[in-house]
Amino acid sequence: MTTKAQELSGWEYSLAPETTKIDIEQKNKLFIQGKFVSPKSRSWFSTINPATEEKLADVACAGKADVESAVTAAKKALPKWSRLSGSQRAKYLYRIARRIQERSRELAILETMDGGKPIKESRDVDLPLVAQHFFYYAGWADKMQYAFPGANIEPVGVCAQIIPWNFPLMMAAWKLAPALACGNTCILKPAETTSLTALRLAEIMQEVGLPEGVVNILTGAGETGKLLAEHKSVNKVAFTGSTAVGKSLMRSTAGTGKKLTLELGGKSANIIFADAAIDQAVEGIVSGIYFNQGHVCCAGSRLFVEEPILDEVVSKLTHRLRSLRVGNPLDKNTDLGAINSQEQLDTVERYIRNGTEEGAQLHEIHSERLPSKGYWCSPCFFTDVQPSHTIAREEIFGPVLSVMTFRTPQEAISRANNSPYGLAAGIWTNKGSKIFEVAKKLDAGVVWCNTYNKFDAASPFGGFKESGFGREGGMQGLRPYVRLQNQSRRAK
Amino acid sequence: MSRLTVPKTYKLYIGGKFPRTESGRSIAIENQKSEIVAHICHGSRKDFRNAVESAHKAFDSWSGITGYLRGQILYRMAEMLEGRKEEFAAAIQVTQPVTNAVARKEVDASVDRLVTFAGWTDKYQQVIGCANPVAGSYYNFTIPQPQGVVVAIAPQSPSLLGLITCIGAPICSGNTVVALGSEVHPITTAIFGEVCQTSDVPAGVINLLTGKNKELLEHIATHRQVAGLYVANPTKKNRTLLEEGSADSMKRVHCVAFDESDWYDNAVTASPWEIEPFVEMKTIWHPSAC
Repeated sequence: MTTKAQELSGWEYSLAPETTKIDIEQKNKLFIQGKFVSPKSRSWFSTINPATEEKLADVACAGKADVESAVTAAKKALPKWSRLSGSQRAKYLYRIARRIQERSRELAILETMDGGKPIKESRDVDLPLVAQHFFYYAGWADKMQYAFPGANIEPVGVCAQIIPWNFPLMMAAWKLAPALACGNTCILKPAETTSLTALRLAEIMQEVGLPEGVVNILTGAGETGKLLAEHKSVNKVAFTGSTAVGKSLMRSTAGTGKKLTLELGGKSANIIFADAAIDQAVEGIVSGIYFNQGHVCCAGSRLFVEEPILDEVVSKLTHRLRSLRVGNPLDKNTDLGAINSQEQLDTVERYIRNGTEEGAQLHEIHSERLPSKGYWCSPCFFTDVQPSHTIAREEIFGPVLSVMTFRTPQEAISRANNSPYGLAAGIWTNKGSKIFEVAKKLDAGVVWCNTYNKFDAASPFGGFKESGFGREGGMQGLRPYVRLQNQSRRAK
Repeated sequence: MSRLTVPKTYKLYIGGKFPRTESGRSIAIENQKSEIVAHICHGSRKDFRNAVESAHKAFDSWSGITGYLRGQILYRMAEMLEGRKEEFAAAIQVTQPVTNAVARKEVDASVDRLVTFAGWTDKYQQVIGCANPVAGSYYNFTIPQPQGVVVAIAPQSPSLLGLITCIGAPICSGNTVVALGSEVHPITTAIFGEVCQTSDVPAGVINLLTGKNKELLEHIATHRQVAGLYVANPTKKNRTLLEEGSADSMKRVHCVAFDESDWYDNAVTASPWEIEPFVEMKTIWHPSAC
């Protein structure tokens, strides 16, 4: 029988930790020319579990000589791989997709251990999307002429692909799958804090018999990425990460003829009209900003609420926040895991202090105690936020939401567009014509209408303005990995 | 005594008006016998900024009208150019040692190029955009949208056809343009504004500058209201300068290396893949449910 107290406090959850044990190599080497090799730099760094601060393993830090080896391997593998028929390349990608599905539990757990994200996200969101991405692009490999009608299509060449720590395997898939389908060879540089799953992907490349040198994986820090991007034999640089680094890559590749795509930061607007289904919208707010601890470039971090429903939305959001569970990422009931690193936690906490100092009102719900070890941040939001406030302008990359209001659709559009970024946006209303009008006028590469943070291999993703250029996913996701020449020009 | 002729004063074309350069500078244009036959405006940074401002103001309405209407306006430009073929052929011949037949061929190709882009205005979306079959109950589609103000740096030659191509590709999708015409053969640029002016092109959609590109390149690259660049045949040095300068405002830079015959080839210079560099792909999701 339910007691009055239980009704008020809700049922307690039992612990539901993932129990599968994962063997982790103590010394994780570089993957070059189809083999795991010790770094010529002789340099290693340790990677930790951000939820426990315990060291998981040592990872090789690739230096200049290692970059040289990897680029040489990719360059050597290019002629044969690019000349392989599309249907043959497709079958390698299908094999990779299948092996990812077969090893998905292990990969999901490792992703959560190394990065801190909740197991239910790595298991139910990241890994299925990783496999889907390889499946999707496998199918394009022998159909390129239908994606670019009238054009002669050639691969770009050797691709340097530098990825972030928020969706480690997913970003690896977004980079590798289209590049390989189009006949390019790759050097992937995972983020420093999340190298381990990329190296499992390297094992998969070995298992499926991918020709040596087609994919090379160099672990390391920012300097490794810089050396890689600036290498003269690299034909293409694809980067996902901060806008500051994106701009420096634009400068360093200027005049070199290297093709560049950038998927950078965001400060995406989530717009709730008064005629929206409010309960659904509140769910959308929550998945928009608290998904993956807010470590999402397209996070709906600026909430614009139509003025008459502000109180209702804030009250429902407050209620919903109380039921979010923060803690052990390996627990299947956990909604918010650990912040990825001490450095990122410092950043998020600095922004939260800054929000209060600049006069915004912090709403923090301590529904449960945070673990004593590890990097944790309670999900929170600010009201009384002015557009000039730092928290309303800069990307925080944490579970911190700025709530603002508007009176007319025109005001919502102009305030949403008042940002150097233009990655994503959300619109919540029950009126179809309003959805399309607002969606058309928002400067955003992805517009989620009556939904948020949905991803799919068939759906292009990427930004307007300073959120970068180029698309990942979908037919348009092939474009960054091909050079197009017109057929008549080619004939000359 | 023979009649004294009335030579045309060549001006810039900014915001639907024909101002002289605010700098008060001009450049003497010599014919092939080294006789000074005209003075064209030596446009300044300030002229450039004014042009960007006009283009920026024109963007909302130009990008907001239907592709069908933009198509009719581009087609009207072709009609107007067709009617002034002789004048443009003569303008080409002032600085270029070509026969009337060759000059006429360039003008004909320019008219046809406008017709090609007029046709693309309501079709390129269907070629480079698409509906996406996502694995869930969502309706999902990707549509191209224009970027904003595009600066077009036209090739030296063919001066008219190159200019029209560099303008046509960005404006057919709804961008507005500030174009820098050929430095060595500037007369066609200096009179092309008259075609724009008489063919329902809204003020500010096309702005035309003549002068010395070198003075403007750095300012073009760093101007924050410029979203994209169409750069015809840049030197390595200029390409580096433009790409480096574009980093801070993250401009989309499209450099092409077309030879003379490429400019005449619709399939090379007026394919949807030459429109695509000046659009952003927007993907829209909506759940489908009852």
